[in-house]
Amino acid sequence: MLSQAEIEGFGDAQPVPSQTVIEARDLNLVFGSGETAVQALKDVNLTINKGDFVSFIGPSGCGKTTFLRCIAALEQPTGGSLTVNGMSPEEARKARAYGYVFQHAGLYPWRTIAKNIKLPLEIMGYSKAEQESRVEEVLKLVELEGFGGKFPWQLSGGMQQRASIARALGFDADILLMDEPFGALDEIVRDHLNEQLLQLWARTDKTIGFVTHSIPEAVYLSTKIVVMSPRPGRIHEIIDSPLPKERPLDIRDSAEFIEVSHRVREGLRAGHAE
Amino acid sequence: MKTFFAVLTVVAGIIGVWYLACVPMNIKGVLDAAEREGEQVTPATAKERRDASALGLVANNRFAMTRVWSVDRPRLPAPHQVAVELWQTTVEKKVTSKRSLIYHGKVTLTATLLGFGIGTLAGILLAVGIVHSKVMDMSVMPWAIVSQTIPIIALAPMIIVVLYSIGVQGLLPKAIIAAYLSFFPVVVGMVKGLRSPDHMQLDLLKTYNASTNHGFWKLRLPSSLPYLFASLKIGIAASLVGAIVGELPTGAVAGLGARLLAGSYYGQTVQIWSALFAAAILAAALVALLGLMERALLARMGVRS
Repeated sequence: MLSQAEIEGFGDAQPVPSQTVIEARDLNLVFGSGETAVQALKDVNLTINKGDFVSFIGPSGCGKTTFLRCIAALEQPTGGSLTVNGMSPEEARKARAYGYVFQHAGLYPWRTIAKNIKLPLEIMGYSKAEQESRVEEVLKLVELEGFGGKFPWQLSGGMQQRASIARALGFDADILLMDEPFGALDEIVRDHLNEQLLQLWARTDKTIGFVTHSIPEAVYLSTKIVVMSPRPGRIHEIIDSPLPKERPLDIRDSAEFIEVSHRVREGLRAGHAE
Repeated sequence: MKTFFAVLTVVAGIIGVWYLACVPMNIKGVLDAAEREGEQVTPATAKERRDASALGLVANNRFAMTRVWSVDRPRLPAPHQVAVELWQTTVEKKVTSKRSLIYHGKVTLTATLLGFGIGTLAGILLAVGIVHSKVMDMSVMPWAIVSQTIPIIALAPMIIVVLYSIGVQGLLPKAIIAAYLSFFPVVVGMVKGLRSPDHMQLDLLKTYNASTNHGFWKLRLPSSLPYLFASLKIGIAASLVGAIVGELPTGAVAGLGARLLAGSYYGQTVQIWSALFAAAILAAALVALLGLMERALLARMGVRS
């Protein structure tokens, strides 16, 4: 369990103890109607505080991606309430409250890496000079300095995914939503990117929602692990991670880590058996 | 080099078949001429020869074999006859001469390019409308398809007559017929191209709260360019066909279509074939030119070639 002091530590000495960023109350989402209706989300209750790193884990069909898409206002819930930064998801999107990273980097092949990162900045109307300086800044954050002039096909899959994270960081959204961003990458690249993501999170003070189906990834990254189960998609268990904020890769061999992993695995199994 | 030889082999094959085909095609004409000259021909009269098989005639009149490739007005001219005609009507004639294929080619080319421009512009505008408006998608697309089921050869005279009655003649009617044929591939290709971005790409723009305008200029239009070029290549060839067809009912004054028509009036098969080749060469050159433009543009866009 996290102590109050630890939560405070995530922000840069914020006086407010725990600021609610995302709040879902009895959230329901049904796709279709009648015979073919599918209950994608059932009675989801979740509070995400500022600076949290929340992972959503569960088998396919458990609604983890759907929930993330609800937060991003890419899906419309059919019942319950959902607020992002105290606003409706739609308003939050219009206020550009979040950056979204998809499973595939989805960089525009006809734009260089720098121009790809500029895409949201252009749309949001940043000045040319501002665009340049922000591109420089985020390229440094994801350790892609010097690659701005390259085209996507000249980069490896891991580098492309880092560029897509940079693209989501360029504008000042304090929420980062990531939908299995490393799912298509091999294990070694994935480990490396996980480590980098933690460092980035520590430096930028963002609130991160992270969808994954890898238990080690969820445990390694998160302050809060949301275990979900399918048909209907619902939250089975919310596990607060006792791991410290500083997490070298070898923390995965520690007893605590194995203990949390075990709890997540048990949760997944129980959720599946229900 | 390998492709060069492959192409060369195919060309040689075609020319070989062509020369062979000249024998049965032209043998009756050759024998008729020989009979008039008083030579011994079997069977002796044109009437008897009419129902005889061409190959049988060749077998019975070996002496006439070589003459089939140098007939004055052959049913099927030999390749070298067409080549000579092409050379004479392009290089050796002044370009201002009414017998110069360059002159006629230029007339047709002007109408082709104007029609291609109109057709492409109309095609792109229609595609943009179809992609952005469900009403247009449901109302315009079926008519675009229907428009192509009407034989252009039936429609062309009507377009010309109608336009003539309101005082429009010359270049524009031909260009409109060319545009009529070329807009369709552009519409189909552009609609497909503008719709080619996947859900993820569109969702990404949505997360930026991007406007439809942004989506069009930054995502849809650049994604559609490879599709557009594929369509343009079909479109420009169709434009050329349209321009030629547009020249047929106008009384055939100038243009490659006029050469075709005049050739068929006077039985000048060599002239018809050389006009056909001129049209084919022109089409190939236009398509190649578009190919070069495509490569240059896509290279500038950073697409791996």
